[in-house]
Amino acid sequence: MTKVEALIRPQKLDEVKAALTDMGIRGMTVSEVRGAGKQRGFTQHYRGAEYTVNLIQKIKLEVVVADADARKVAQTIATTARTGEIGDGKIFLMPVAEVIRIRTGEEGETALQ
Amino acid sequence: MLGSPRSLVAAGDKADACAPSAPKSWGWSRRAAGLAAPLLLLLIPSTAMAQGDAPKIDSGDTAWLLVSTALVMLMTPGLALFYGGMVRAKNVLNTLMQSFIALSVVTVLWIVCGYSLAFAKGSPILGGLQWLGLRGVGQEPYAFYGATVPHELFMAYQLMFAIITPALISGAIADRMKFGSYLLFVTIWSLVVYTPMAHMVWGEGGFLRDLGALDFAGGTVVHITSGVSALVLAIMLGKRKAGFAEDMRPHSLPMTLIGTGLLWFGWFGFNGGSAIGSNGLAASAFVVTHIAAAVAGGVWVAIEWIAYKRPTALGLATGAVAGLVAITPASGFVGPMAAVAIGAGVAVISFFAIRLKSVLKYDDALDVFGVHGVGGAWGALATGIFASKAINPLGADGLLAGGGFALIGKQLAGIGVAIAVAAVGTVLIGLLVKAVLGLRVTGDEEDAGLDLTQHGESGYAGASTGSESPAVVAGMHG
Repeated sequence: MTKVEALIRPQKLDEVKAALTDMGIRGMTVSEVRGAGKQRGFTQHYRGAEYTVNLIQKIKLEVVVADADARKVAQTIATTARTGEIGDGKIFLMPVAEVIRIRTGEEGETALQ
Repeated sequence: MLGSPRSLVAAGDKADACAPSAPKSWGWSRRAAGLAAPLLLLLIPSTAMAQGDAPKIDSGDTAWLLVSTALVMLMTPGLALFYGGMVRAKNVLNTLMQSFIALSVVTVLWIVCGYSLAFAKGSPILGGLQWLGLRGVGQEPYAFYGATVPHELFMAYQLMFAIITPALISGAIADRMKFGSYLLFVTIWSLVVYTPMAHMVWGEGGFLRDLGALDFAGGTVVHITSGVSALVLAIMLGKRKAGFAEDMRPHSLPMTLIGTGLLWFGWFGFNGGSAIGSNGLAASAFVVTHIAAAVAGGVWVAIEWIAYKRPTALGLATGAVAGLVAITPASGFVGPMAAVAIGAGVAVISFFAIRLKSVLKYDDALDVFGVHGVGGAWGALATGIFASKAINPLGADGLLAGGGFALIGKQLAGIGVAIAVAAVGTVLIGLLVKAVLGLRVTGDEEDAGLDLTQHGESGYAGASTGSESPAVVAGMHG
């Protein structure tokens, strides 16, 4: 099994979620995160005091899928979340050793269904 | 002081008693006509007697002063929100409390001895003791301060000013002062700085009043004293500890804007009510107050737009409050066009004054000195420039009304005394409080936030601050 962890623009979340739902993927974890990459931050003024914000708001989307589906899921996220501008985010794929569904105790891919 | 509108206006009402009271009683009988006949009969003799020499309560004057008193009371919660939004989330309750607690502390001080020391007849510096515990301050008017309103109401109106003034100081010392030390400071400051200043400027026999310095609603007494004391106390406390990665931005500007709205609204009572009457002067003060706030807010935003390429919400809020501060001493003596000049002037002056702190390296956290100290001084000076007897015959003519520099000189005297009393008083009180209780919280307490360490509360359940976990654990087990 593989965990697909995508860092995307907040405004792309709904679109990505819809695309994943279309693929039959319903389970996911979403968090609001801040991070830095190539995208430059922005400057704010509060009564003249300058604050440079370079940790930018992003969404972290985590999905665990069967190994066979991982690349397709990742590509779907990539095409949906892409704007072509710097700051679109990144996707990481990593192996998952085991999955357990807490309610039933099921293990492995059946726990992902 | 001639300027003390408070008695001047009262005297004025008596002087031309016929003109204002005739339409007033006519207005009364017109309204009363709709009421039951016996009530009408009761009203007619009372309005008739109001035209006599003996001080008699006027219902219009009293109604407006009751409302104004409530309006000024609401400014303290408004100030709490104005300041509260500008601090970090971990200090929001502490900041709100520093304003709200003044309602409790100063009210008790005021009725016990503050009002007597400020307003009872005494020396040119301080009032007497004859009104301790509000003895003799009852429903009958006290003609010197307001011949047509209950003395007790005048006392309550003045109380609301006494409450908000020390609360103004709290903005400068935000995020780092022990709550107990703040309380002790406010208690002593109210008695040592505020009451003598109020007496000198407004009290019967006060020396600035007799000198002829004008301060309609508290430019010197409220804003210069609090602004200068804020600066001194902020320097004595030292800077806030800003961690390397700490986000010092205001945590809720919507809260600050709500506070601004309440301050603006309440200020109609602050300045309009200072006419101590429901009359043309009250309307004039009301109108110029609004104009100055509107102009200063707009000009501040315009300056920001040029300087930083962005018109900010905090800039509008700051400008509006600065405008309200600046018009305060002038509000009963100047006309609409002067209000435009005073508002525009304060926006420019305070905009640059708040940048002094980064040059001079003091940490006036929420710019109390830049807005209230400097804005108040500009307002007091501007009164000397723009005051006109055409607006208030009991005032004086300033520079532009052909009065020469005489009034400006008196205004500068008032400003100087306010600065001196506030600065010296604050240094002494600060040293005393430091010796007894200490001024600052510890560095760890500052990191964890004053809400948790001073009050054992959090402003926002589930807020992600470093200090959150103990509260969550306690909640789970409790």
